[in-house]
Amino acid sequence: MTDAPKRTPLYDLHVELGGKIVDFAGWEMPVQYPMGIMGEHKQCREKAALFDVSHMGQVILRGDNVGEKLETLCPQAFATLKEGKARYGFFTNDDGGIMDDLIVSNAGDHYFVVVNAALRHQDIPHMQANLDGIEVTEIFDRALVAVQGPKAEDVVGELCPAARDLKFMETAIADIGGVECRISRLGYTGEDGYEISIPEADAIRVSKLFLAHDDCEPAGLGARDSLRLEAGLCLYGNDIDQSTSPIEASLNWAIQKRRREEGGFPGAARIQKELAEGTAKKLVGIKPEGRAPARQGVEVQSEGGDTLGAITSGSFGPTVGGPVAMGYVAADHSAAGTKVNLIIRGKAQPAEIVALPFVTQNYKR
Amino acid sequence: MATYYSEDHEWITVEGDVATLGITQHAADQLGEVVFVEQRETGDEFEKGGEIGVIESVKAASEIYAPLDGEVVEVNETLADNPGALNESPEGDAWIYKIKLSDASQLDDLMDLDGYKALIG
Repeated sequence: MTDAPKRTPLYDLHVELGGKIVDFAGWEMPVQYPMGIMGEHKQCREKAALFDVSHMGQVILRGDNVGEKLETLCPQAFATLKEGKARYGFFTNDDGGIMDDLIVSNAGDHYFVVVNAALRHQDIPHMQANLDGIEVTEIFDRALVAVQGPKAEDVVGELCPAARDLKFMETAIADIGGVECRISRLGYTGEDGYEISIPEADAIRVSKLFLAHDDCEPAGLGARDSLRLEAGLCLYGNDIDQSTSPIEASLNWAIQKRRREEGGFPGAARIQKELAEGTAKKLVGIKPEGRAPARQGVEVQSEGGDTLGAITSGSFGPTVGGPVAMGYVAADHSAAGTKVNLIIRGKAQPAEIVALPFVTQNYKR
Repeated sequence: MATYYSEDHEWITVEGDVATLGITQHAADQLGEVVFVEQRETGDEFEKGGEIGVIESVKAASEIYAPLDGEVVEVNETLADNPGALNESPEGDAWIYKIKLSDASQLDDLMDLDGYKALIG
């Protein structure tokens, strides 16, 4: 079955701004604008960039004890997530693999969940089937944009003073340009910034208010990928999937202490065992020494020629000024400083295991 | 000095039996920002249609294919330190190889500028 590509409420704006449109997970999305990926990347690290992330799934969960019930599907402490707070999480399967990652916000009278574009068709039925007594409603009439970068607070705060009061991983309803928006201080670039859910009818107008600021320019999927890679953030389908456990993916930080101890989520047996005993492989940062980028699928070998694993995400890091990558390697070769070889087009290229992220995260805690 | 174009978006200029080879402005625009060029070495021999290098942009890797048989007599080594030159001056300073042609009649299979313009529309 092939569905016609879908367009977000911002599609006409992307075209107007000269965005180069590509198919992404069934959506017609801008991969870059005339500024180019490098320029957009730099814009986000130095000033502010506006991204359309409306293709992601926005879901409202209503009912009693939503947080407790979500804990039966995810290893996160969502029951104790305070009102106005957001938390990164993931659905696990019975084998302890990651089904998708998501951001969950406690919005007071409901929970607000954002899931990946390609997996909304899996995640919505999964929640509907397993969250007993919870009304699971996917929202189709709102856009989602991200304003990211050190100037994001100025760009958004000028229009919405309440945005300045939010700290990292906090969420609130606020007025922007006369429109009621959900504004959350979080994002996927390693920079300070916001994700803002806007009613569809006002999405272009509000986005243009952000873009009217001298320090804000549009950025596409290309920059989004290079930014998140430098920030050491996993991309579902590349770095994490149904077969990888969160412990292998070095996402231990995203499983709170109580949940580690109590278990009670799908795959808890494997995850608790791996927390106690470690894993055979581990997701790490990998810095090629030369200039050649190591792309997804490139084999990682020990200096002695043994296969250690493979690159899961690899590109050129514009801020780093050279190639950057993430991938899985055998745990006994996962320490920062370990020298490895990357087999790029048949030739061994020297590289080093490094601590993630490649660039310092700039969140306003 | 005649300039020829290949369907793989390369340009070739010929002086005597030495051809200079690069990628077209159209190819450079399609690739996006170039961050790395993998080149062969002087003395390497090319066969028409064979892979003779790789251009990596921020987005992806793209192979360069030989438009002619020949032997590399010079490599533009400035591209190693400044791969971005391929975006700025693909049909000028950022040539990739000079090749000694082994069969000049292969030039007849390539396009002239009008033919290439028709190809890229």
